[in-house]
Amino acid sequence: MLTSIRAELIKQTRRPANWLLLAIAAVLTLTFAYAIPYAGLSSGPSGAPGSGRGLPSMLPEAFVGNALGGVPIFVGALALVFGVLVAGSEYGFQTWKTVLAQRPSRFTAYGSKLAVVAIANLIGVLTLFAAAAGGSAAVAALEGAPMNWPSAGDIVLGMGVGWLVMTMWGACGALLGIAFRSVALPIGLGLVWMLAIQNLLASIAAPALEFVGELQKVLPGPNTGALAAAMGAASETPGVDALVGSGHATIVVAGYLVAFCALGGWLMHRRDIL
Amino acid sequence: MTTPVKTPVKTTALTKRFGGTLAVDGVDLEVRAGEVYGFLGPNGAGKTTTLRMLLGLIRPTSGTVTLLGEAQDKSNKGLRKVGALIEGPAFYPYLSGLDNLRVLAGHAGVDRARVDAVLDTVDLADRARDKYATYSLGMKQRLGLAAALLKKPELLILDEPTNGLDPAGMADMRVTIRKLAADGCTVLLSSHLLAEVEQICDRVGVIDHGRLITETAVADLRGEGRLRVLARPFDRARDLLTELLGAGAVHVEADALELDVDAADASGINAGLVGHGVSVSELRWREPDLEQVFLELTGGVSHVD
Repeated sequence: MLTSIRAELIKQTRRPANWLLLAIAAVLTLTFAYAIPYAGLSSGPSGAPGSGRGLPSMLPEAFVGNALGGVPIFVGALALVFGVLVAGSEYGFQTWKTVLAQRPSRFTAYGSKLAVVAIANLIGVLTLFAAAAGGSAAVAALEGAPMNWPSAGDIVLGMGVGWLVMTMWGACGALLGIAFRSVALPIGLGLVWMLAIQNLLASIAAPALEFVGELQKVLPGPNTGALAAAMGAASETPGVDALVGSGHATIVVAGYLVAFCALGGWLMHRRDIL
Repeated sequence: MTTPVKTPVKTTALTKRFGGTLAVDGVDLEVRAGEVYGFLGPNGAGKTTTLRMLLGLIRPTSGTVTLLGEAQDKSNKGLRKVGALIEGPAFYPYLSGLDNLRVLAGHAGVDRARVDAVLDTVDLADRARDKYATYSLGMKQRLGLAAALLKKPELLILDEPTNGLDPAGMADMRVTIRKLAADGCTVLLSSHLLAEVEQICDRVGVIDHGRLITETAVADLRGEGRLRVLARPFDRARDLLTELLGAGAVHVEADALELDVDAADASGINAGLVGHGVSVSELRWREPDLEQVFLELTGGVSHVD
């Protein structure tokens, strides 16, 4: 398994698209957590999301929440795209046959992919935290504010939450890639779910229908938003909402992670490689 | 004490059904150690499906596969010493040839030195650091062969290995395959190219509509040659030869007669005909046409080259 994970790491680290996804996640986090709010701070609220947040929300004390603010929506979506690329590309390039002919069992080959999704998302969350810390430090330096950082425990907990959410969406992407045996369709469907349907359910269906409101409590998106809110992400950030408690949300998100991994493995095990 | 030779490939009643379509129907295949076995059949006959079942890519509906003495199951243990190139090469286009092989070496559990060795074997070391996407078809095919050789295979499974290659590339591939066989590697080679099978295979299995029609030496499949005679008057020649050789040895083929005799008998037959006033305009030894044999076996399917 270890040699297969190493092989998978070579494959993914040499793929430019993956680094592009990471760069986009970091740039978007800095843009929406710091650049726009800071611009709003100096020129007055413009009405754009986040532009009216005060200085304290950008200082080092709040950087964990800022690092996680984009995780429920756009960072999660990028993690899903990454998961699709990791698993679905093997169908697009028709390389499953090449890999599996080298002897790894399907379990090993799939397990190595999940391991790489987990490792890559750890790198992703570290990058987001580093970017957010840099953004906070820059704002504090520009405004002459104190550099009061959260405790190490809070930072590690925040990283754990970010990793759990991103890995869950990554595993969802891998599952979709395997289920649809391609890249384009799973990405399209995944993004439609994350960026459109989840928002429609939350903003239109849930207020109108009670059962949809209850359903929200067990869907992955609202629970990732609740986790981000629990870690201090600004409540006006799209997708961030303390709908349920952090314990409930952790269990639901972890449950989806396990379910996505298991379902992807079952499909890999069961279906022919054509 | 000698180690018993393990049968490289043995399938028993191997069957695959896709929905209502029976793609492979009870195939009992046996490839012997050290031979180059040609798996011959028209397009869609079930060759690739069978090979994919050998490699565990497709799960058989029923039947068993044994590779080098090990049952091929979900663990893929049977592939320990098996190299394969199935339906053309498939690699990661954004990686170099070298990195592609490093990835596969990781999955195969072989070291970096072996990667360099196989690149040398297929004469691709000079272009190893170039992106796979920039390779010509011939280079891609050679990289596919290199990947198949990573595990120092005792059994090599090649599906249409010369597909898309130019004549020089095809010749190179055949030489490489023969060389690997000479070094002791058993080769199972699928093809729809009769000439290819004839040139490099020791034995052949013919599959059609999912069923293994025959499994035999190439020479046996072809059968014995015949003596072709063009003579006038035709009826007189036919009667004389039937009287001389028996009815079973004389075959009428259009305006000619074909005789089941040894080539050395040609001069005696010529003398006999001429002595009875028959004019002989052609007397020629004719090797059997493998394509004709193949077409007869597969019910006249014509999409074989």
